[in-house]
Amino acid sequence: MKRSSWKEYQKEIADDRYYYARSCIRQNFFPGSEAAFLDIMRNDLGKDVLDDPLHTSCTGIGYHSDIVPLETIMTVVARQFALMTAAGYENFTSSCITSFGIYTEILETWHEFPETEARTRENLFKATGREFRIPRNIAHTSDVIFHNREQIAARMVHPLMNVETGAPLKGVEHIGCHYAKIFPKSGIGGSEFPYVLAGMIEAWGGEVVDYPERRHCCGFGFRNYLVQANRGYSVANSQKKFASMAPYRPDFIVCNCPGCAMFLDKWQYTIAEMEGVTYGPNGRGIPVITYEEMAGLVLGYDPWQLGMQMHQVDVEPLLDKMGVKYDPDAKYLGNNGKLIGKPEQAVVNCCSQERTYEVRQ
Amino acid sequence: MEDVRLQEGLSACMNCGVCTGVCPAAEFYNYDPRQIVTIVQSRDDEAIERLLKSDTIWYCGECMSCRPRCPRGNTPGYVIQALRTLSQKLGFFVESEKGRQQLALKRTIGESILATGYCVHPKLVKPEMHPEQGPVWSWIYDHDTDLFPKFSPNYMKEGAGAVRRISDDSLQELKRIFEVSGGMEFFDNIERHSERKAREMGYESADQSYLNDVYTTNSGDHH
Repeated sequence: MKRSSWKEYQKEIADDRYYYARSCIRQNFFPGSEAAFLDIMRNDLGKDVLDDPLHTSCTGIGYHSDIVPLETIMTVVARQFALMTAAGYENFTSSCITSFGIYTEILETWHEFPETEARTRENLFKATGREFRIPRNIAHTSDVIFHNREQIAARMVHPLMNVETGAPLKGVEHIGCHYAKIFPKSGIGGSEFPYVLAGMIEAWGGEVVDYPERRHCCGFGFRNYLVQANRGYSVANSQKKFASMAPYRPDFIVCNCPGCAMFLDKWQYTIAEMEGVTYGPNGRGIPVITYEEMAGLVLGYDPWQLGMQMHQVDVEPLLDKMGVKYDPDAKYLGNNGKLIGKPEQAVVNCCSQERTYEVRQ
Repeated sequence: MEDVRLQEGLSACMNCGVCTGVCPAAEFYNYDPRQIVTIVQSRDDEAIERLLKSDTIWYCGECMSCRPRCPRGNTPGYVIQALRTLSQKLGFFVESEKGRQQLALKRTIGESILATGYCVHPKLVKPEMHPEQGPVWSWIYDHDTDLFPKFSPNYMKEGAGAVRRISDDSLQELKRIFEVSGGMEFFDNIERHSERKAREMGYESADQSYLNDVYTTNSGDHH
């Protein structure tokens, strides 16, 4: 019964004509993932997605660091909706989980406290002269990929399977706290039975790892990472997840939230450097990928075109298992094929540490 | 407090402690969201003022793990957001080590929003301030103009794409929104109280040296 509990948390996902809102963190750390989303939607699936240069950050990181007041972020969000309205779109899709949580929270607040919507409309008009309509549909970009997972499966080049053994690859999926913990009904599978990424993994031939700390926070904690003095909180929470998932020997971690993808990648580096501990096989880290990269690999995109060279934990062990062909020399080429040097080696990738995390047999 | 997050986040807490059981901050810090809710629910003004001046309200990571698990539908994370807003409005935040960090957040994330239109921008993540980002990020940071254009047609330029330069008109609208909706006043208030506290602590002003202090100081008394 538990395996199908996610079906109780369904939501409507628009099929076409999306207004696309980029993510501060995703475009900073995973710009290739945002490019891949647009390529997949437009070129592989034939959908209309507007990449509007006029929108800004939703200011969500500032809001959750408590420096941006609620009334201000409501008005910034209202401006995004006004841009969508002016462009003639009704379906809003956000690349960021923090933003997605904010959009759903603000719409709910306006519904529950109508005076806040009226004040926001007044503020927006006063500041910009703009007006807006509430989106007909709001989805995170992973919802949109989930919605199209069978169409992607039909065009699959590299399933999530080990080419040597034919066994499904084991994926840890991490949906990110603000995808469904704020409003469980806004996420596929809710916060307890997450299925948005699990559905992709299963549709594309992989197997989902169900481990004890599956729902635990990655450790971002906003001010707990952004201020240097507080970063122990962040790495400690990631460490708790790694220790919980490692015994299940995952082949990869896939993240919904750009922040989570960055932290679960970078904190593996930090833990390896500080303590010599790694969590993947052969003394290496566990590759961490975004769902756009996962979809791109499945569809046969080049990993360096997807931007996977920007990850700290090497992704090659996963590419090799999937049978993805890649040019190792092209990994560190800049634009126009220019050689731009290589990053320094790191313990998490070079297998030289003295001890590895003790994986239960 | 008139904050809608308080109305939405707290009614008739029965002190079951589920929020504390699932809280990542409670696991890491000497922190108990249940106690905070109890104090707020008590309406004891003196106890609430002590809370607003303490480190305690600044430990929460706003992950909202407490929200779906509360059997009463309460959200201690919302209560925290309301308390933090009030602590800053009243200038109480500068009385604690963790509270004083709001100046660093305003000067980094806050100023980035107004200057670039982004909360985070590649050049804001300086490797020397972020050793945890590792050598791949240093490589990206040093070669950004060679690397980002592979994925964005308009890196740091106007037009569509990742890390595009947001137009002056859009930035102007954003600034006006901050002015009209109280965001700018909130920033100024953080600066004003930090300036007062910096002088009280023996700094010439809330200058770079005070900023470095609030950004890096950890007394180690939080666990």
